[in-house]
Amino acid sequence: MTAITSSALPAAWEYSALTILGMAVVTVVSRGFFLWSRREIRLPATLARALQVAPLAAIVAVLTPEIFMAHGELISTWRDARLLAAVAATACYAWRPGVLGPLVAGLAAFMPLHVGLGW
Amino acid sequence: MRLRDLPRDSHFRRGAADMLVFAPGLAAWGLVTGVAMVQSGLGVALSILMSLTVYAGSAQLASLPLLASGTPMWVIWASALCVNLRFAIFSSQWRPHLGHLPRGRRLALGYLLADLNLVVFQKAWPDRSRHRTGQARYAAGGAAAVWLVWQSSSLAGIVLSSMVPLSWGLGFAGTLSMLGFAYSLLNNRTAWLAAIVSGLGAVAAFSLPLKLNILVAIAAAVAASLVMARIDRDAPALEAPP
Repeated sequence: MTAITSSALPAAWEYSALTILGMAVVTVVSRGFFLWSRREIRLPATLARALQVAPLAAIVAVLTPEIFMAHGELISTWRDARLLAAVAATACYAWRPGVLGPLVAGLAAFMPLHVGLGW
Repeated sequence: MRLRDLPRDSHFRRGAADMLVFAPGLAAWGLVTGVAMVQSGLGVALSILMSLTVYAGSAQLASLPLLASGTPMWVIWASALCVNLRFAIFSSQWRPHLGHLPRGRRLALGYLLADLNLVVFQKAWPDRSRHRTGQARYAAGGAAAVWLVWQSSSLAGIVLSSMVPLSWGLGFAGTLSMLGFAYSLLNNRTAWLAAIVSGLGAVAAFSLPLKLNILVAIAAAVAASLVMARIDRDAPALEAPP
């Protein structure tokens, strides 16, 4: 038991476990926020339409800093594995739209540059 | 419909199949998250607990440094809420499609639906305001597929944590697998505008704590698309003769 439950956290194991379970409650509450009520809460039509861009915006908001930023700042060199991998993935998408193709092309550029050259 | 009949349902199967193309990227992401949890000092048991219950990658990663530094639990919960706030917005978009389910199922399914599920769902069912037969089963299929891929890769990462160095940058595979999909969503002016505004906003607001830059970026993109809708509505009126 102790081997499995051992952790290097400063708090007691039970405290950390409770913290984690609380985070699970946060997931349930946030993902179910507008699903809880029995009656549908009608948003104004214009706002509802504008909110349709929210998921795309969220994905782009996650991706952009991952590609263009390092250590909290914009990348200032072209010798960056992530930047070049994104270029390769984009070129692949332009040639043949899809999900797996750009992933493979991007990784083919990323791995040698990042692991090999340390970019 | 009973739960155990779901795997034979055609909508459920299609929902799951539409997710498979993301499996490699999701698996890389899950693996890295699993490794990161153990390497941050959580230990195997707490990492497994977190993966199986919290099931929100970005909130998990954001909480790791806080847990490691002994931050009080309510601060960690508040930070998880900030990181997860976008899901509350998403839940309003799921509502028309899942509203007919009993509340327990609605909430259980909602808990399992992450970012990717919503975008893929909206691509498969473009008419977003109306409910259609099979939509809940389609969503459940996608939820099941993402859950299986994510949890198995995350658990693999937890078990293999000492063998997968984070310096490989494997997590970038997740980013790359989203890239092609994001491009495929750019099929009209509003989407382009939202993407550009959101990308700029996320970078500009990057220094905000708790990944709030993502929320800022979403808000900016929604505001921009509101403005665009207004311009589009007013434009024909300006051109038309009185």
